[in-house]
Amino acid sequence: MSNLAILFKSLFSSDNQSDRVVPPSGFTARLTVFASGAMAFLTVFALALSLASGRLASRWGDELAHSSTLRISAPAEQMAEQVQTALRVLDTTPGVALARALTADEQKALLAPWFGPDLPIDSLPVPQLIEIVETEEGYDGAGLRLRLQAEVPGAVLDDHTRWRKPLEQAAGRLRLLGWVAIALIAATTAAIITLAANAALAANAQVIQVLRLVGAQDGYIARAFVRRFTLRALSGAAAGMVLGLGAVLLLPPAQDAGGFLTGLGFTGAGWLVPFVIPPLAALVAFLATRTAANRVLSELP
Amino acid sequence: MIELENLGFSYGEGEMLSDISLKLAPGSFHFLTGPSGSGKTTFLKLCYGALQPTAGHARLFDQDVRHMSRDDMAMTRRRIGVVHQDCQFLDHLPIADNVALPLTVSGRDSLEEVANLKELLDWVGLGKRASAYPPELSGGERQRAALARAVIMSPDVVLADEPTGNVDWDMSQRLLQLLIELNRMGKTIMIATHDLNLIRTAKSQVQARVLRIAGRRLQLAGADL
Repeated sequence: MSNLAILFKSLFSSDNQSDRVVPPSGFTARLTVFASGAMAFLTVFALALSLASGRLASRWGDELAHSSTLRISAPAEQMAEQVQTALRVLDTTPGVALARALTADEQKALLAPWFGPDLPIDSLPVPQLIEIVETEEGYDGAGLRLRLQAEVPGAVLDDHTRWRKPLEQAAGRLRLLGWVAIALIAATTAAIITLAANAALAANAQVIQVLRLVGAQDGYIARAFVRRFTLRALSGAAAGMVLGLGAVLLLPPAQDAGGFLTGLGFTGAGWLVPFVIPPLAALVAFLATRTAANRVLSELP
Repeated sequence: MIELENLGFSYGEGEMLSDISLKLAPGSFHFLTGPSGSGKTTFLKLCYGALQPTAGHARLFDQDVRHMSRDDMAMTRRRIGVVHQDCQFLDHLPIADNVALPLTVSGRDSLEEVANLKELLDWVGLGKRASAYPPELSGGERQRAALARAVIMSPDVVLADEPTGNVDWDMSQRLLQLLIELNRMGKTIMIATHDLNLIRTAKSQVQARVLRIAGRRLQLAGADL
């Protein structure tokens, strides 16, 4: 077993005596617990952001990838004929699973957010929309456009690509931002714990001197500090994670009206993901303290 | 055991010790004298590897300190008991835990060793003060506790730096008797002191060699003591 594995194993074995050789109190203890707790709290939100962005990206992708809209703008007296022609063309187009003209009520509902519910849609020259649902294979967009151009001059095919891609891109960037935030939080945690460990080692120079005097090996001294800081980080991060989860629980539930903001949180097995934060914080503390302890001890005479 | 050969030591540019050769034989008893600032403490530190010579060689148990790894040095220190002038305890631990510290760091804190600890504390007269913390002890008690800690691993050598510096005459006699008793058990003892009365008392009971640091060099003293 490597030295690292032995050291890591020793963290979780009971060794009251080696725990006690380092004085228990001091600001470094509080700093480590507080920093780990605060960082774990922030990590829960960064995780929630990242997972929600991922869900959003895939939802937008799934919902929009297999649907498109045909918009027909024509004089009122030609509208019905052009709609019928378009539906006929769509029915005979390979890759189109369903083509359906939206009802007046449905079109009214789409415009309601901008014009209110009392819009007299029948008296306005509103284009007729046809919803197209594609099969898994999809249709040939260029071919369909040529056929529509010939048979339905007022039709414009919108396959959503134009605005789906930026949305998916934005969601992807948000997810990346979440992961970058988590990486930064981990790095900041490591930096704070390294500072705290350095301060603790400096404050306990006398302890280290006494331990060396009685024949303690550097590994023993490092272990005493590493164990303490790792367990503090673990407990702080556990508390921060619980508080973070509580705060996420208090967020409003996902609603269509709220859009992305109300969807920030975890779903299903996603609630288990934050439970990896405390062990990861402990690992970060373990590596940071071990590096600091080894460096400081090697510099001492 | 401890062997110094043409050893020199400098702090920066100022030479503290020069051309010192000495071999500590098993079971021998030494006093180290010299005026304050002559380098007695530095000499003892060179004897247990806390400092490395800047010239010559220091060999501890046949290993040159320059070629010893940090772990090897730690293992070697378990064979050398050191009583510091200022004792050096961990103030947050009771005195029993401080005395047992060498056992703790070497993983020898078994039940049997704990029983030995009690016996040892009784030997130095601290059986009833086991749960007291270092700042609560008197100077003499601290020195006795430091001596108990120095010998708990049954080391081959005990180095004591002014062990009677902060105690009254009676206590210094008591500490001296403990060190003489250790020497009779076969331990090599070296005591750094400028207390000539202590040396005279010891010489009436054991065969002790008296060394003096003067002018950065180690000399054999004795005729005047």
